[in-house]
Amino acid sequence: MENYQIETKNLNVQIQKNSILKNINIKIPAKQLTAVIGPSGCGKTTLLKSFNRLLEIQDEVNISGQILVDGENILDRKASEIPDIRKKMGLISQKPYPLPMSIFENVAYGLRIHHNKNAKELAEAVQYCLEEVGLWNEVKNRLHDPASRLSVGQQQRLCLARAIAVQPEVLLCDEPTSALDPIAAQQIEKLLLKLKKEYTVILVTHTLRQAKRVADYVIFLYFGMVIEQGTADEFFNNPKNPETKAYLSGEIS
Amino acid sequence: MNRRTLEERLFKILMVGSVCIVIGSLVVIFGLVVINGASSLSIEMITQTPRPSVPGDPPGGGILNAIVGSLLLALPATGFASLIGIGIALFLQNDFLHPRYSDIIRFMLDVLWGIPSIIYGIFCLMIMISIGMSSSILVGMIALTLLEIPIITRSMDEAIKMVPKGLKEGAYSLGSTKIETAFRVIRRQAFPGILAGILLGLGRGIGDAASILFTAGFSNRLPTSLFDSTATLPTMIYNLYSTPLGQSKAFAAAFILLMIVLIVSVLSRLLTRRFKKHIIK
Repeated sequence: MENYQIETKNLNVQIQKNSILKNINIKIPAKQLTAVIGPSGCGKTTLLKSFNRLLEIQDEVNISGQILVDGENILDRKASEIPDIRKKMGLISQKPYPLPMSIFENVAYGLRIHHNKNAKELAEAVQYCLEEVGLWNEVKNRLHDPASRLSVGQQQRLCLARAIAVQPEVLLCDEPTSALDPIAAQQIEKLLLKLKKEYTVILVTHTLRQAKRVADYVIFLYFGMVIEQGTADEFFNNPKNPETKAYLSGEIS
Repeated sequence: MNRRTLEERLFKILMVGSVCIVIGSLVVIFGLVVINGASSLSIEMITQTPRPSVPGDPPGGGILNAIVGSLLLALPATGFASLIGIGIALFLQNDFLHPRYSDIIRFMLDVLWGIPSIIYGIFCLMIMISIGMSSSILVGMIALTLLEIPIITRSMDEAIKMVPKGLKEGAYSLGSTKIETAFRVIRRQAFPGILAGILLGLGRGIGDAASILFTAGFSNRLPTSLFDSTATLPTMIYNLYSTPLGQSKAFAAAFILLMIVLIVSVLSRLLTRRFKKHIIK
């Protein structure tokens, strides 16, 4: 039997009385790359942000159902436990938002708030994370420059480094390449393929080609509902649902 | 010339005109103060306290007591108001408080902002009398703090509201608590705006006469304790201007007040520049 990291049961999300997600029942396998695809506005980002309870920083959000992470329903957890839930899941957003501090401090931030490391351990951990995302050689001589001076592609990799610094189990990626130039996008894609060996990666994307290139498992959302889910092989080569077929052939988008 | 080009021109003239009025007033005010005060400007002004003079002579001595008084009132008041203000401003964000309540508080702060400063003065005066105190630096400081709180809070609030949502989400996703996000991330991102708010408060506080007229009193000597009355630059200007032959000194005092505000602005701008490079756009 496969090992599932996240499972939702009858997940419903309403934002300002609009139903965004309807009866979502999905399973996300551990240490694989799951692509969530679907047209714009179908609830992909909302689904992603429900996994680390980030939806709740907005107002008028109603969530019902269950989200099981490693078998435990995170929606049951008290407000004071939310930071721990979030720590387990790194978020990479569409547009990178480095923290308003130096490159070094961006990666060190998570380590500072969660662990008590001395200066040497901190420096080692920061170097490790920056090496993991292939940024170390580019920034090692200017670690104390503001992160805002990096290029967008570098900022996105910095955000990845910052996320893995707190040792999450899941990486939630919300169209991480859509704001990047093709070369930077390719770098991120390659990184995600590398990182899925250690982390469960969930990639929201609206480009089918990207999903085809990288996904092990695919979830197709349409108007807030799951139309089809399954392994990438089955999903792309042998779709069962007529709407999936239409989407794959470009009839609906 | 068609209607659209005409419209374009007209608005350009209006905009340039408005800018000229503002810059013009600044130049005229500054010029007036310098021209009228130049004859009384001397090192004595900032090193000596007022000296009695024989009738028929202009008032003697300097205004050191007023400079000291103004700084003693406005700097701590701005400090207290900033501390209280940053707390309220952070709490007003929807991470902590539902907009239903924060909008009510914002409205109340705006009302407080609009209250004339003499009302703050009279309010503090009444409390001062009822607990048997007399006018002093302490009461003046409290009046100024109250006056500055809504100004500083609302300016900081507006600056903090501008922090991009994505940045907050980034910080929260790393497992930060609300407090960590507010004090380590949002505060840094909003720093230039926060500083601008503090400056606005200081500028208002150091130049305000009505709120401290009754509460800080007036004295020609240097204050030696929190419970002494003291002169301040605005009350000193008022006093000198109503003294026969004191007008020129009043303008010199106004010049000193302008200089203090200018120096504080320039210093804080330099300070902002050091932090601005980190701001994420």
